[in-house]
Amino acid sequence: MKKNDFKKQLLIDFVSIAAGYVLMRVLFAAGIINTYWQGIVLNICINVILTVSLNMTSGFLGELALGHAGFMAAGAYASAFFSKTLKLLPVIEFPAALLIGGLTAMLLGFIVSLPALRLRGDYLAIITLAFGEIVRNLLKNMDIVGGTKGYSGIPAYTTFTWAYLMAVICVLATRSLINSRQGRSIISVREDEIAAEASGVNTNTYKFLAFVFSAFFAGVAGALYAHYMRFLQPGVFTLDKSIEILVMVVLGGMGSIRGSVISSVILTVLPELLRSMSDYRMLAYSVVLIMMMLSKHSETVQAALEKVKGMFGRGRKEEVHS
Amino acid sequence: MSAFNQFLMQLINGLNIGSIYALIALGYTMVYGIAKLINFAHGDIIMVGAYISLVLLGTGLPWWLVCLLTIIACAVLGVVMEKVAYKPLRKASRISLLITAIGISYLLENLFQLIFTANPKPYPGFITLPPIVLGSITISSNYYITFIVSVTLMIILNLFVQKTNMGKAMRAVSEDEGAARLMGINVDTTISLTFAIGSALAAIAGILYSNCYSPINPTMGSLPGIKAFIAAVLGGIGSIPGAVLGAFILGMVEAMTKAYISSQFLDSIVFTILILMLILKPAGILGRNVKEKV
Repeated sequence: MKKNDFKKQLLIDFVSIAAGYVLMRVLFAAGIINTYWQGIVLNICINVILTVSLNMTSGFLGELALGHAGFMAAGAYASAFFSKTLKLLPVIEFPAALLIGGLTAMLLGFIVSLPALRLRGDYLAIITLAFGEIVRNLLKNMDIVGGTKGYSGIPAYTTFTWAYLMAVICVLATRSLINSRQGRSIISVREDEIAAEASGVNTNTYKFLAFVFSAFFAGVAGALYAHYMRFLQPGVFTLDKSIEILVMVVLGGMGSIRGSVISSVILTVLPELLRSMSDYRMLAYSVVLIMMMLSKHSETVQAALEKVKGMFGRGRKEEVHS
Repeated sequence: MSAFNQFLMQLINGLNIGSIYALIALGYTMVYGIAKLINFAHGDIIMVGAYISLVLLGTGLPWWLVCLLTIIACAVLGVVMEKVAYKPLRKASRISLLITAIGISYLLENLFQLIFTANPKPYPGFITLPPIVLGSITISSNYYITFIVSVTLMIILNLFVQKTNMGKAMRAVSEDEGAARLMGINVDTTISLTFAIGSALAAIAGILYSNCYSPINPTMGSLPGIKAFIAAVLGGIGSIPGAVLGAFILGMVEAMTKAYISSQFLDSIVFTILILMLILKPAGILGRNVKEKV
């Protein structure tokens, strides 16, 4: 990329990020987005972080990971414990809590990546699944953080500004990692591990890097979640939660950051829109999910989509293609 | 009760839950072997089987007819699932298939929740025989029926896969789909048959499971489903004897951990053992090590 292009890109990024923030703030202030939907916007930010970070392991590194909720739980509980125990100024305490959440999850990511260096594919998926369940089971039996009853009285630090900021940092960090030399090495492991190794890429280092990076942001998302909900329960961080995040990654496209952001917006809003159907809500969600996956691989639907794209003259390719 | 008797009781508990896991794990492993799909909806077929048999029992049919109809219904469900949701995705990436499987799992759970509500329903223990008394311990009929039925089915299944033409076709498709097709094997029929057999076994597991652990609810299938999946991986996924072995090991470990170590940390201990096993033997106990081709 030429230097001028780079500057231009930087400017576009900065303007769009700022514009997005201002727009949301204006909509909040004008009351167009009510308090209920403000909560959902916050959830979207948290889900964006979770999805983009899972995309690092599942999309870019190409390993199926089913334990993302475990990292999130670790980050949530660690940060909540920190900010509940210490009584510091919120301005200092919250960033520190976010960092602690991220680092705790990172430590666990490090532990999980050890077997990950030896295993792959479905076996690795099982390891991550097992790991998520272990975290949940341990939290359930830790009385210091409330056990099964839940952990309450967490200070309400998470605001839209914080959540938005963290989501932006996560997206930018992921993008710059992927566009760097290290990122290309991570992708090379997915494309062909043997060829990558033969070309002198230390595959273990990059698997490790992807896992730790992904875990860190899951932990941050967990910390945001903890200080938003103000109440934590091990029952939230089940396999279903990990799968929910994975669905967002797959729907948005493995290895597409833009896709991850869009799909986390859609899949956070969709259940809310279906809320009016009350009892049929989850049923409708599952049907939509199956239909989406089927249409994604149906030639007729894809051909129709291409036509629509052609009409608007937007046939350009993604930067990083899976 | 003496320590030895207690140990014996735990052994029987382990065999009981192990044989239920084995029936479910067989379905997982067969489907995985042939379609390379982790069928997350498999656990929910247990639940479907339990509810169908419950409804049929209410109509006053004889027990053997209830079992037969339940098995047929679940086998049909398995085939329909395959035709509608998995077949169009056969060429898609495996992760897309996985998500679809999860979608179907949600669909079944929520559909049954709508029909039968989320409240647990009592399940009549309709298969009862006199208990066996061995010295000072009594084995209730649930336990030995489950064990005998499972072991018999596993032997039949193994004979089927090893000796019959359909079984040979199954093994051929799981080894190399393209080559099997060239040899004149109808791949679609073979895959459908695998789903039918797997779902039929899950239906039987559903009946036996509800018979032992009475109240049933729409999400009852997910935990035994995950555990059975783990058992299949432990034994080496794709291998039929491996699934059975893995299931019995898992059942034993669970029963013994619950009795002698800690029931609170049961899941943590079981999953840690799983992780350690996989690190030491990455392809599972009886799994084949697949050589990488460059």
